[in-house]
Amino acid sequence: MINQESTPAVQSTAETTEHTESTQASRGPAIEAHDLSVTYGTETALESVDIQIPDRQITAIIGPSGCGKSTFLRCINRMNDRIDAAAVSGALSFKGTNVYDESVDPVALRRRIGMVFQHPNPFPKSIYDNVAYGLRIQGISSEIDARVKLALKRAALYEEVSDSLEKSALDLSGGQQQRLCIARAIAVDPDVLLMDEPASALDPIATAKIEDLIAELSEEYTVVIVTHNMQQAARISDRTAVFLTGGELVEYDDTETIFENPEHDRVEDYITGKFG
Amino acid sequence: MSSESNAARESLQRNDHVVRTERLYAWAIAGSAFLTILVTVGIVLALLGEALTFWSAVSPLSFFTGTKWSPIIDGEYGLLPLVSGTLIVTVCSALIALPTGLAAALYLSEYASERTRSFLKPALEILAGVPTVIYGYMALVYITPLFQGILPVSIRLIPPGLDPLPAFTLVIPSLQTFNVLSASIVVGIMIIPMVSSISEDALRSVPDELRAAAYGLGSTKYDVSTKVVVPAATSGIVASYVLALSRAIGETMAVTMAMGMSPQLPYFPNVFRNLAESSQTMTGAMVQIASADSLGGVTYEAMFALGLTLFLITLSMNVAAELVRRRFREVYQ
Repeated sequence: MINQESTPAVQSTAETTEHTESTQASRGPAIEAHDLSVTYGTETALESVDIQIPDRQITAIIGPSGCGKSTFLRCINRMNDRIDAAAVSGALSFKGTNVYDESVDPVALRRRIGMVFQHPNPFPKSIYDNVAYGLRIQGISSEIDARVKLALKRAALYEEVSDSLEKSALDLSGGQQQRLCIARAIAVDPDVLLMDEPASALDPIATAKIEDLIAELSEEYTVVIVTHNMQQAARISDRTAVFLTGGELVEYDDTETIFENPEHDRVEDYITGKFG
Repeated sequence: MSSESNAARESLQRNDHVVRTERLYAWAIAGSAFLTILVTVGIVLALLGEALTFWSAVSPLSFFTGTKWSPIIDGEYGLLPLVSGTLIVTVCSALIALPTGLAAALYLSEYASERTRSFLKPALEILAGVPTVIYGYMALVYITPLFQGILPVSIRLIPPGLDPLPAFTLVIPSLQTFNVLSASIVVGIMIIPMVSSISEDALRSVPDELRAAAYGLGSTKYDVSTKVVVPAATSGIVASYVLALSRAIGETMAVTMAMGMSPQLPYFPNVFRNLAESSQTMTGAMVQIASADSLGGVTYEAMFALGLTLFLITLSMNVAAELVRRRFREVYQ
């Protein structure tokens, strides 16, 4: 199993390098925040964050509970709009457009920025209908079968469910449900995938599968992943942002630098487990 | 210190008084619970006894297949006209209540702000608390005259220029004083709160994670409501429908007042006559027999046969609703 999966991982590294060489000059950052703050009523969840998230790489966001990392993630696709008390200030741009501009439709934005949640949340529909949902609401009617199959394959789930596409998604195991949610998110071919602790509800084997999958997905997608698990951030991400209590982005750098030679003592303390 | 530990030791002693009181409570509350079962069983037995006496005088076959209900004048005990009256009222009130009730539930659960919800929901529930006799005269005094002002209406189905074709005209006749249309409308209004309240519970119990997933995929609010929340709550919605229908079938006062007492097989093909004229439901027929002055006799017993039939219909619908609801509970646990 491990051998089978390691081959595409190697390819993906090679391809990512190619992308970096050929396209980075023309590509700006996928997501760019400037002086971004979020408050819930009187409580500050995010304090003046500045960050540039590169295209087609994996950016990990780590930090202790309540540091605002999930809030930041939900700012990117405006899922914070659903929380009445949340007030966002500052600028956050996606491919150069300020997503909080009045002319931006959050529905259209979310079609280009997919999201995977902490707990697997498949719809109580068949496996097939789960993956096809995003296509159908966008009015895509051509080649639904092929697109569903492709998404399931990319999410490394197809072989396990190819005979039971009409079965309820709720019959799958937790790990399978989470891969189904990833398949559902990538079926509509977004530019960015936001992942909010996608493996925290899963066992170690299912977690390993999800991590392999994320590494492969970064060939085509910009991945922003919030995680509690520092080893996970170290294993899979290219860049790491450390948020600490108070919603402050304390340090943001290449993952290697953050874990081996962080600039701030507080970050080092957090990473070495002295608090958090 | 030592006196404290003594007290602790003493408290281990069983207190007979407490034990006796406990036992008494248990008996009292168990008695209340079993009393309701006892009453139900008693009702069923009473219905069954009288109904069987009736069916020994009038054959069940002629009761269930007879096409004329005229117990007092002709001694005819055919159930079908009453079933027809009940069905027409139930279907027409369902046409009003099921879509409106679901739409109201959807608004309350998915669209309304907390503030709007906080006054709209109790207001809807007040509608359920209006005594049915009031609905009865709303139908007689307001709704029927309102429609009498508009009807009859005739609509030419083929435009005047097309002469070779016969001039098909759709005629909606004027309403009689007692008519099925007004009765159906008030029964429909009466059962809206039942549909909206139970459906809303079902919609709200859909986990918010599913809404988040749908919004995350770029759904509009309409998509989330109709393609995710409503399908996920289907069983609860169906249960609310079945319960509301069962209420409509059993509704008595308003239909007796609004639609009169002329049992009627359905008119065909002029279906509008079914709404414009008087008819009678099973419950209406029972009221009529009960308010006649003779006790005893075949007609009196016929009331019990009707009652038993009605009870079996509504009981099976309530059981169906409960089964559907149970399936729905399993999904998220």
